[in-house]
Amino acid sequence: MHTLVRLSWVELKLFLREPLTVMFSLALPLIILFVLGGVFGNEPSQPGEQLVYRGVGAITYYVPAYLALVVASVCVISIPTHLAGNRERGVLKRFHASSVTAAAVAGAELTVAFVVSAISGVLLLIAAQLAYDFEPADSIPGVLGVFALLVVGFAAFGIFLGAVLPTARAAQAVGMLVWFVMLFLGGAGPPPEVLTDAMRTVSDFTPLWHAVRMMHDVWLGLDAGLAWVIFGGIAVVSAGLGLRFFRWE
Amino acid sequence: MAPIVEVEHLAKSYGSFVAVEDVSFTVEEGEIFGILGPNGAGKTTTVECLQGLRRADGGNVQVLGHDPRHEASQLRRRIGSQLQESALPDRMKVWEALELFSSLIPQGPSWETVLEQWGLSEKRDAKFGSLSGGQQQRLFIALAVVNAPELVFLDEMTTGLDPTSRRATWGLIRQIRDNGSTVILVTHFMDEAEALCDRIAVVDDKRVVALDTSEGLIQDYAGESEVTFSTDCADLSYLLRLDEVDRLERQGRRVTVTGTGALLARVAAELVGNGIVPPDLEVKRASLEDVFLTITGEER
Repeated sequence: MHTLVRLSWVELKLFLREPLTVMFSLALPLIILFVLGGVFGNEPSQPGEQLVYRGVGAITYYVPAYLALVVASVCVISIPTHLAGNRERGVLKRFHASSVTAAAVAGAELTVAFVVSAISGVLLLIAAQLAYDFEPADSIPGVLGVFALLVVGFAAFGIFLGAVLPTARAAQAVGMLVWFVMLFLGGAGPPPEVLTDAMRTVSDFTPLWHAVRMMHDVWLGLDAGLAWVIFGGIAVVSAGLGLRFFRWE
Repeated sequence: MAPIVEVEHLAKSYGSFVAVEDVSFTVEEGEIFGILGPNGAGKTTTVECLQGLRRADGGNVQVLGHDPRHEASQLRRRIGSQLQESALPDRMKVWEALELFSSLIPQGPSWETVLEQWGLSEKRDAKFGSLSGGQQQRLFIALAVVNAPELVFLDEMTTGLDPTSRRATWGLIRQIRDNGSTVILVTHFMDEAEALCDRIAVVDDKRVVALDTSEGLIQDYAGESEVTFSTDCADLSYLLRLDEVDRLERQGRRVTVTGTGALLARVAAELVGNGIVPPDLEVKRASLEDVFLTITGEER
């Protein structure tokens, strides 16, 4: 426990010293939210028009969706790169020789993901609150609970990527790719209704789309379908494979 | 004194690749024990099996009374390690690394003490990535001793360092021993092993091929030394009657006597006894490098 706290604290400081990951996890979601908000406003689709944004205003749609996106950004871009880089450079081996356990390494990543996601999420909500008028959350405990679940699930996914990808460069490339696909097709970019069938199939395979639907469920009471089950499955499988393929060097 | 490390017929393979075939040695408390060999000889695999970082496939290993295969976590509290090809995150500061590693196994002196003791106070707030090679090694040594270990493993400490930093690092390695830890030093530098180690295991082609003090190795494997001097005196045949002398060559006034054992003392005494006191009497002894080439170079 002591090791986990120390390691998490050091990892958190290291995270905040890395400009790229700070940009992606703190600044970028905020910028995209404001661009999309500026373009689409917050008027729900009128009867007779094509239904977009699941029938709610764009901002009302995006704010909960972007709470999910910030978690995904932290976990999918920074965790795999950091973990694979630490293994590639012999940092993990060094830790191993000093009795650090794999659980402590994973736990520290999870803790950092939690803290950074929380900071990023709060910033996002404050900015959105100041700039826009959108529907408040149905259930604040529900939102907090889903947010925590998303951190655990996406962190497991990030740790899995970091475990199987051999180098920091590979991890960064794959992390970026997954992130951009999720951004455009996973419910955080264009409204899901305007996607082609093929795009929607891809969308169903992205963890973010299910995460967005979970958030919409507790925020707006929209139907989540099988999202909870699918996201839970992704989290459990990722955690299992992450443990299975974790290597110190 | 009972040995603190006992290795008997250690073997380790990765799939079909044999990394270590048959390695045996013991290490006594308080010594600097060298494992010397060319790249790929199996040195690093050997020490990683001893540290409990890898599982040996065969043989017996006891380190400080622990079997690294089953008691790695107990063992790691009592040893310190500087690993080959390991690093810290570039943006980690020196004091953060020391604080973190001292908290992992909190039994040594305070990290502030270690920082000072190993001359890192000035670099306290420097990031790892900004340190020179020598400073990084200094930090790695500090991290290796931060838990006051009984046994310290140093793997290829000075590879890639400039000559000044290498010499400085040698001083640090002696300091580890003087502070009371036994040291196992892995190196492919002959001069390093010769300068630092009390005993040396020469590893080649995945097995221990020789084990002795550096003097003993030189004696056994590269026993010949050369004594040279200048003289006008024509008859030196009496030197050839000495047991230690094998050959005598002359080039003008320059005489070279080749032989074994206490060659210099015998030749000097004989010369003085015959009224010759050469001002330029010199001895060239074989170095560990010659031994190394003799032992490992035959089949190449």
